[in-house]
Amino acid sequence: MTKRSVQNISTIPDEGIDKGAQRLTPDQVSRVIRRHLEEEGGARLKVYTETCVHCGLCSDACHFYLSHDHDPKFSPAGKVKQTLDKIIRKKGRVSIDFIKKTAEIAFTECNLCRRCVMYCPFGIDVAYLMLFLRRICHKLGVVPQYIQDTAHSHAATMNQMWVKDDEWIDTLHWQEDEARDEIPDLRIPLEKQGADIFYSVIGPEPKFRAQMIYQAAVIMNAAGMDWTMPATPGWDNSDMCMYTGDEEMVARLKKVHFETAMRLKTKRIVMGECGHAYRSVHDVGNRHLGWKMSPLPVMHAIEFYYELFKDRKLKVNQKYDAPVTLHDPCNVVRGGGLHEMARYVINETCSRFVEMHPNREHNYCCGAGGGVINCGPPYTNKRVVSNRVKADQLADAKARGAKTIIAPCHNCFGGLEDIVKHYGLGMEIKFLGDVIYECMDKE
Amino acid sequence: MVGVAFTVFLAGSFFRLISMWRLAKKKDGLIFSYISIFFALRSIVHWILPFAGVSMRKHPAMTIVAFLFHVCLFAVPIFLSAHVILFKESWDISWWRLPDMAAEIMSWSVIGSCLFFLGRRIFLPEVRYLTSLSDYLILAAVAVPFISGLWSYHQWAAFQVVMIVHIISGEIMLMIIPFTRLSHMLFFPFTRGYMGSEFGAVRHAKDW
Repeated sequence: MTKRSVQNISTIPDEGIDKGAQRLTPDQVSRVIRRHLEEEGGARLKVYTETCVHCGLCSDACHFYLSHDHDPKFSPAGKVKQTLDKIIRKKGRVSIDFIKKTAEIAFTECNLCRRCVMYCPFGIDVAYLMLFLRRICHKLGVVPQYIQDTAHSHAATMNQMWVKDDEWIDTLHWQEDEARDEIPDLRIPLEKQGADIFYSVIGPEPKFRAQMIYQAAVIMNAAGMDWTMPATPGWDNSDMCMYTGDEEMVARLKKVHFETAMRLKTKRIVMGECGHAYRSVHDVGNRHLGWKMSPLPVMHAIEFYYELFKDRKLKVNQKYDAPVTLHDPCNVVRGGGLHEMARYVINETCSRFVEMHPNREHNYCCGAGGGVINCGPPYTNKRVVSNRVKADQLADAKARGAKTIIAPCHNCFGGLEDIVKHYGLGMEIKFLGDVIYECMDKE
Repeated sequence: MVGVAFTVFLAGSFFRLISMWRLAKKKDGLIFSYISIFFALRSIVHWILPFAGVSMRKHPAMTIVAFLFHVCLFAVPIFLSAHVILFKESWDISWWRLPDMAAEIMSWSVIGSCLFFLGRRIFLPEVRYLTSLSDYLILAAVAVPFISGLWSYHQWAAFQVVMIVHIISGEIMLMIIPFTRLSHMLFFPFTRGYMGSEFGAVRHAKDW
């Protein structure tokens, strides 16, 4: 990347940001920011911004920085310097153009992956600072259009994808019907009171990837699990409001989700393969509701599959033959420590495993997380170009034999798809559930 | 003067810690819920041992210099025999002293480290981009007491004047610790400990 092309992709028109900014006056900007700093700027903000000694060690953590030929504007501290430092120094008296630039940086140049926390000697949480900025943008009404649309959907329907209540039930029936061709007595139990498991998914599953519900049902069936899904809103565990800075909505969403589990009297929530939803349910949303940890046990699919294989509830007919590599998603690995469990499941289901480097907590982000992919088509090119380092990492795994990438996270899956296509890597991407479904004994 | 400097440093540090504590209680109450002594210490230990973390292994020169710098920065002012004698004379308290030769080498190490940090600020684009005037001033505030200290020790030209520079600059450095980025000395255990707790207890992951 040359400097010129970096500048080119930094001026991306976005209806949400542009129109939102048009409605603002400079006076509003400073008033909103000043109030935000006063109300929500606490000790973390103060210590993080006042003790950073500008050593630059966080740079090497960031895939944006690494992919843009070490352009310091893309380093974690560099992004803070361009945005938050000025906002604090000028006490909110910044121009509307500055807010537009801030929105673009905070929403599309940081995946909130927290890799830099592991490279900053002080443990400064740049993801927290970027979320602080996103919340300012949210309060100012300057948010990329596509992700704001998902947040609106959350507010109106309690799911991310404008799925109507009857469409949800219909999709489950449809998938049950389809699966019955393969397994005649299979059920997707709706509204079963007192089941062991409430299986929750993200909005895009019924919308675009309905076969994942089918696969989950086959896995549940083969393992003999006592499970259910609700027929009411609350089925969606995803949370784009967490990434737009709409924290009030985060609380509403998680409340409905947890209350649905309570209403069904299930003993635990098992979630599909989604990273950000796991972050929201297991780490963030509960806090907004005043729960230190989630009010009932929450398991990501990786943990659940691990349990099934560990307890010998699932059998494998024939292991997946193509050599696989694993992409460790930020929100379940750096955010949940599930990396060894994922490897256990892969070991049970695949015959050949190739590690990518770096891996586990140090894996590079997919570039899609943190709501960046949800900012939509205007930023697809920028997102993919900004993660060349991921392409290099994948190419290296490929050179050592890997043919299939396992990505146990929806956002990672989508992000890696774009990267594989853009860089012509010719690798196949699968969810862990895809692999299990392919290899398992379905009887 | 020394008394004033120590008072400003201690009272300032105390004030900063207490006011930050109160701000945290008011605005960031979650810190107190999530802090875990075990995981805080686990993280702190990994970050105060050289080369314990990936980041430190990636930057071996920086790691060596940073550790050497911090050890010498603390040890020389506290254990320099000339300082210990002054403490003895003024307040009648005394402790172990560094041999003069060791103190000299360590002082040169601090100056060398400051030059290394200066070099990073000038020559590494990612550090230069982040650097502002205040970063140079803080570096100078740390380097001057050591340069002037060595100067006086060797009684080079105009050492009586330089001695006064040494005393004043040393006191300035001490006094600005709580109020500048040097306050990372006070806050490091808290920021690292909090992150260590979040990573360890909530996210079951390492943070180094």
